[in-house]
Amino acid sequence: MNRKMLALGAAVVGVAAVGCASMSPGPSTAELDKLTQEMVKASFRSQGIAKVERVTDIDETLRLCNAADVAGKQLDAATAKRLEEANLKTVKWPSDGKFLGDWKQGEQIAQSGRGLTWTDTANAANGGNCYNCHQISKEEISFGTIGPSLYNYGKLRGVTDPNSPAAKPIVEYTWGKIYNAKAYNACSNMPRAGHMGNLTEAQIKHVMALLLDPQSPVNK
Amino acid sequence: MKTRTLAALAAAALAAGGAAAQQQPKSATQSIEEYRAMLADGNPAELFEAKGEELWKQKRGPKNASLEQCDLGKGPGVVKGAFVELPRWFADTGKVQDLESRLVTCMERLQGLNAAEIAKTPFGRGEMANVTALATWVAAESRGMPFNLPQSHAQEKVAYEVGKRIFFMRAGTHDFSCASCHGEEGKRIRLQDLPNLTKNPGDGVGFAAWPAYRVSNGQMWSMQLRLNDCYRQQRFPYPEFGSDALSALSTYLGVNARGAKSAAPTIKR
Repeated sequence: MNRKMLALGAAVVGVAAVGCASMSPGPSTAELDKLTQEMVKASFRSQGIAKVERVTDIDETLRLCNAADVAGKQLDAATAKRLEEANLKTVKWPSDGKFLGDWKQGEQIAQSGRGLTWTDTANAANGGNCYNCHQISKEEISFGTIGPSLYNYGKLRGVTDPNSPAAKPIVEYTWGKIYNAKAYNACSNMPRAGHMGNLTEAQIKHVMALLLDPQSPVNK
Repeated sequence: MKTRTLAALAAAALAAGGAAAQQQPKSATQSIEEYRAMLADGNPAELFEAKGEELWKQKRGPKNASLEQCDLGKGPGVVKGAFVELPRWFADTGKVQDLESRLVTCMERLQGLNAAEIAKTPFGRGEMANVTALATWVAAESRGMPFNLPQSHAQEKVAYEVGKRIFFMRAGTHDFSCASCHGEEGKRIRLQDLPNLTKNPGDGVGFAAWPAYRVSNGQMWSMQLRLNDCYRQQRFPYPEFGSDALSALSTYLGVNARGAKSAAPTIKR
């Protein structure tokens, strides 16, 4: 460990020296990116179920969105479209063709912020963390504002019967958005609940019901 | 101590509730602000400050020495103003270090304590609890002073650039980065307001608010612990205490906070 840290120190000095020798303002973007990767690799360790691969093996979508953020730019339209199409291909549609479960269980999942941290166990049920960022039911006043309000989600979109052909596009979009939010907005802040294994198919159905069932308090 | 804190808390919560019922309806944010103001009187962080000052002067460790010759960046023994210039580059370690990792360096070099062992000690225990108390006192000695991290050394600039990349690093099971929560103004998680850390969020907010005493769990939280728990909630793997990544991230946050007056140690929910 110590030797690795020393090597890292040497890398930093090396990069800095390159910057000085060429009288440029400092190391290049590529050098800084590489140094960041090395530093991340040396600075995080696996703890419980939170393995170090979670930060060392990120996919292309995250890599390109992260680089765009660092540069203070948005992804170019073609790249965004390519990533969105690739993410859409990962969406697994409900195996039995049924999109909606029980909104009451959906509300519990939306409330829960548990699961997948280094203090959680592998067999604990994950929450959806939904209220951290979204307003959902009117009764819950403790909600975050990082995402848009989802109050009246189905009603505002004219869903009176989620099983009707008219509701199909909204129902499918909602499933896809929960399963893999990056399928619709490549650098969305929203977690990819299905794609990354945060929620099971049954849990996604329950959250779907919370948003789209006309009986759910969300649509009252 | 614990029961007294709890009782005071309950009374404050009741008072806040009662006041809210009598007057015009208040936003949740206003109520929380009032609740914080009530708590600020008699911040238990003062106890940690006192402990930290004592530890600084006390002869301890295999070398039976105090930390009074510790160089926090402004020369041996200079404490006032040191906090608002950290993290910074240190020639003797060849690293950019934050306050806590620098204190551990001093504990090893001056007192003969084992830095690697301290880094492995969980927060709130043993020598790590002492590091937190020392950091609380050192921070308090710069209260009200504006942040002014140096960026003259090449490695300080590199630390800022790397820290920026770490701040925007989406990863983990939820694709969260620091920026997911702290990249925009006026956002909140549940009812908790979130400072925008890509720029200076103001005096006593964000970087300028830690170390802080956290009422919810009755613990003194250093910046290392604050970042550690952010990463836990991001579902990231465990960031090593005093690691280069945390120093770089703190450099990014600290440089962005330039001009903000330090309020540390503050009191938090």
